[in-house]
Amino acid sequence: MDVCRETLTRVEALNPSLNAFNTIAADRALARADAIDRDRDRWRDAPLAGIPVAVKDNICTRDLRTTASSRMLEHFVPPFDATAVARLEAAGAVVIGKTNCDEFAMGSSNETSAFGPVHNPWSLERSPGGTSGGSAAAVAARIAPVARGSDTGGSIRQPASLCGVVGLKPSYGRVSRYGLIAHGSSLDQIGPITTSAYDAAAMLGVLAGADEADSTSAPEAVPDYTAALTGDIRGTRIGVPRALTEQGVDRDVARANAEALALLASRGAALVDIDLPHARFATPVYYLVSTAEASANLARYDGVRYGFRIDAPADLRSMYARTRARGFGREVKRRIMLGTYVLSAGYYDAYYLKAQQVRTLILRDYDRAFERVDLVAMPTSPVPAFRLGERIADPLQMYLIDVFTVSANLTGLPAISIPCGFTGDALPIGLQLTGRRFDEATLLRVADAFERDTTWSTRQPPTSNR
Amino acid sequence: MPTAFTPADVARIAALANLELDADELDIFARQLGEILAYAEQVQQIDTIGVPPTASVVMRHAADRADQTRPSLDRDAALANAPDAALDAGLFKVPRVIG
Repeated sequence: MDVCRETLTRVEALNPSLNAFNTIAADRALARADAIDRDRDRWRDAPLAGIPVAVKDNICTRDLRTTASSRMLEHFVPPFDATAVARLEAAGAVVIGKTNCDEFAMGSSNETSAFGPVHNPWSLERSPGGTSGGSAAAVAARIAPVARGSDTGGSIRQPASLCGVVGLKPSYGRVSRYGLIAHGSSLDQIGPITTSAYDAAAMLGVLAGADEADSTSAPEAVPDYTAALTGDIRGTRIGVPRALTEQGVDRDVARANAEALALLASRGAALVDIDLPHARFATPVYYLVSTAEASANLARYDGVRYGFRIDAPADLRSMYARTRARGFGREVKRRIMLGTYVLSAGYYDAYYLKAQQVRTLILRDYDRAFERVDLVAMPTSPVPAFRLGERIADPLQMYLIDVFTVSANLTGLPAISIPCGFTGDALPIGLQLTGRRFDEATLLRVADAFERDTTWSTRQPPTSNR
Repeated sequence: MPTAFTPADVARIAALANLELDADELDIFARQLGEILAYAEQVQQIDTIGVPPTASVVMRHAADRADQTRPSLDRDAALANAPDAALDAGLFKVPRVIG
C-alpha cells in the first residue's frame, strides 16, 4: 500500500513533464494494494506481491481504458485482460496505469501518439524512442520499477536503449500475445522493461509459457531465469557482425559498444567475427512485411463493434472510410496504405513474397552464426536519443533507425538491450544481445554479468530526482 | 516496378483500404510511398530463386485446446464498446444497407 502510494505520488509529480501515461489508475491500484495488504497469507509466496507495474497502452486491461494511443480507441474499455496482464496480477503485481506509446505501436519516437509525445527523462526535449516510450521513460525516471512493453520491430529495446534501462524482447511465442492489440502478428511480442537484468529475468518467469488462448505461444519449458544469473560468462562466444555496424553508427555509440565488448572479453567471453550478409536488408524487409500484416490487422477498426465512429454516416461504406480517416493518425494511415499496396494484385510477388523470401535468408544467416556463437552483439540503436521533431517529418529517415532491432522480430529470436555507456551529452547508449531461439537465459546471464561489472544501469536521469 | 505514385494511384489504394484521404494526404502519400518503395527496391537485387518464403517463425505448435463448448464473452460486455447498439435485441447497429 505504501509502495503503491509512493509510486502514484511519483507519477503525479513527474507525468506532467514526461507524458509517459495515458491513463493513471490510482483508485484501482490503491484498492488492489490494499487487498493484497489485507490478505498477506495468500500473497506471501507471490513473486510480485505489491510490485507496481506500468502496462503499455496497447495491452488490454479489463475495465481499464486501453487506447493504443489512438483516437480510434480513445474510449475503449476492454472486457478482458491480456494473458500477460492476468499473469502479472496472479503473481501479485499492481497495475498503476497505462503508458503512452506510438499509435498502434507504429513509430520509433513516440511522436505518433494521438496524445502527444513522451519526453525522455534524460533530456526533456528529446524522444524516449518508440514505440514503448512511455514504459521506458517511466522506468528510467524510477516511477515504476518495471513496465510491460511490446516489440514488433524494436519497440521494447530501442526505447530502453534511449532511456538507459533494460528491455527484453523474448523469443516469438515465449509470451502469449492474447490481448495485445495486433500490429504485425508474426512479429509482435510482449516483454519487460526494467532497471536490471535480474528484474527482467524475474518478470519473464512470470510472463512466459504456453497459453491456449494464443496458438502461437510456445510449449517450450520455462526455466528459472533468475537461477541462470550466475555471473559467470567464461567461454560464452559472442558474435560480432562488424561489416553490419561499421557504417552509420554514431561515434559515441560505437565507442561504448566496443568498450562493452572488451569488458565482456576481459571476463572470459570469446569475441568471434561473424557475417550476417542479409541483415542489412532487414529494414526494407521489415517495412514490407509489417505493413502488410498491419493493413490486415487494422481492417477491424471500422466503427461497428468498438471504437470511434463518425457522426451521422450517410451509408455503410462511407461510414467505414470516414471513420478510419478520422480515427487513425497519419503514420498509421501511411502504413495501411503501404501494406495494402504490397499485398495488392500485381505487386504481391514483387514486394510481399520477395520480402518473405529474404526473411528466410536472414533467418539462415542467424542459424549459421549460432553454429559458432552463443550470442550476437551489436548496438541497439545507431543513434542516441534524438530531438523531438527532428525526424518525424521524414518517415523513411525514421524507419532507418530500426536497422539493428528489426532482425530479431523477423527471425523470432530473443534480444535484450542493456545500458552500456553515455554520450558526451549524457545520453544513454544501449548494447543489444541476440540469442538462440528460446535461450533467453544466456542473454540474461551475460546482461547480468555485465551489470555487475559496470555502473551504467544504476545511473538515474536528472528528472527522477524531483 | 513503379515507384512513382500519382495522387490518383494513391486514391485507388485508399479505396482498397477503406480509407478516405484528403487532397493533402493524397499528395504527401504519393511522394512518401514512392520514396519508401524506392528504398525497399534494394531487396530486388537479392537472388531468391528456390528460397521458400517465411510467413511465420512458429516452429512447434502448442497443443490445441480441447474442442469443447464453454462460455464466451457475455453479450452485454461485447456490446458495451459499440458506437451504436440495440441493447435489447443484442445487436450492433449500422446505417441501412438494403433499400
